[in-house]
Amino acid sequence: MNQPATTSSPGEPASASYPLRPYLLVFFGLMGLTALTTTVAYVDLGFLNTTVALAIAGVKALLVVLIFMHVPHSGKIVWALASAGLLFLIILFLLTMNDYVTRAMVMGWE
Amino acid sequence: MADPSTIPLAHHFEDQEQQHETTAIGMWAFLLSEVMFFGGLFTAYLVYRNRYPEAFLEASGKLDVTLGTLNTAVLIGSSLTMALAVRAAHMGSRGGVVRWLLATIIAAGIFLGVKAVEYSHKFHDGLVPGANYAFKGTASADTELFFALYFGATGMHALHMVIGVGLMAVVAWRWRPNNVVQHPDGVEVLGLYWHFVDLVWIFLFPLLYLLGRHV
Repeated sequence: MNQPATTSSPGEPASASYPLRPYLLVFFGLMGLTALTTTVAYVDLGFLNTTVALAIAGVKALLVVLIFMHVPHSGKIVWALASAGLLFLIILFLLTMNDYVTRAMVMGWE
Repeated sequence: MADPSTIPLAHHFEDQEQQHETTAIGMWAFLLSEVMFFGGLFTAYLVYRNRYPEAFLEASGKLDVTLGTLNTAVLIGSSLTMALAVRAAHMGSRGGVVRWLLATIIAAGIFLGVKAVEYSHKFHDGLVPGANYAFKGTASADTELFFALYFGATGMHALHMVIGVGLMAVVAWRWRPNNVVQHPDGVEVLGLYWHFVDLVWIFLFPLLYLLGRHV
């Protein structure tokens, strides 16, 4: 697919240390999950529709972060930064909704 | 592996490994701020969907799920071509970097073109908040809020793609044959940015397009 690396040391194919397979597998996995989530969206699962859609999106996101974005090979600080993103996102959602869903109880909102 | 002696090392770094990690950390720190930026948009969506569930379901049904799915596939394809550009950079293949970046730019162009078609349909159908908005729906609450979030979130996402296309064009130009040797880290962090744009869409697609399909 790619031309062989012009600067690779002889006797050692460059593609050996940079495997192509994981990228292709993730690509087909993402495509399959997109087909799945679109199909499932037409089935009435009640309140579970959004849960299933977000679960599938979560798996897709994990594939992108772990394989395409190389987080496992990127050292501890990158791990910490990626995890911090998720952590602060959860804090943002939880604290905001903690306010909004309890307002009705406290203030008689409808 | 590209020959390490040909890869430029900036004078303030001890070695290639430190330089590589520093570059990655810089982009990740930026992406962290991007996570919080889009997090705000997702939070707005969460709050208002929780408050007006019926209006959101009904308004979501007005989006074009075929074009949305097509664009999702195109964007996943562009993430693959970007991953292959990064791989080519690490293998020292200049032609590979330029070709895969051009493929990614073309995919991004298709995505933005489809998006433009969708937007023009929405204008035509009176679904753009503030521009002769016509769809009131049957739900008690106004559906206009959903479309405000739709245009806000997808518009911001599209802006990130336009910026990404510009960056890819610059990097592809710098990797042209006969130019001085470029550092693969530049392509790698550009890849991180592009995969992040893909990540945002992975969540926008079900929350906007697929929400109201089952009703």
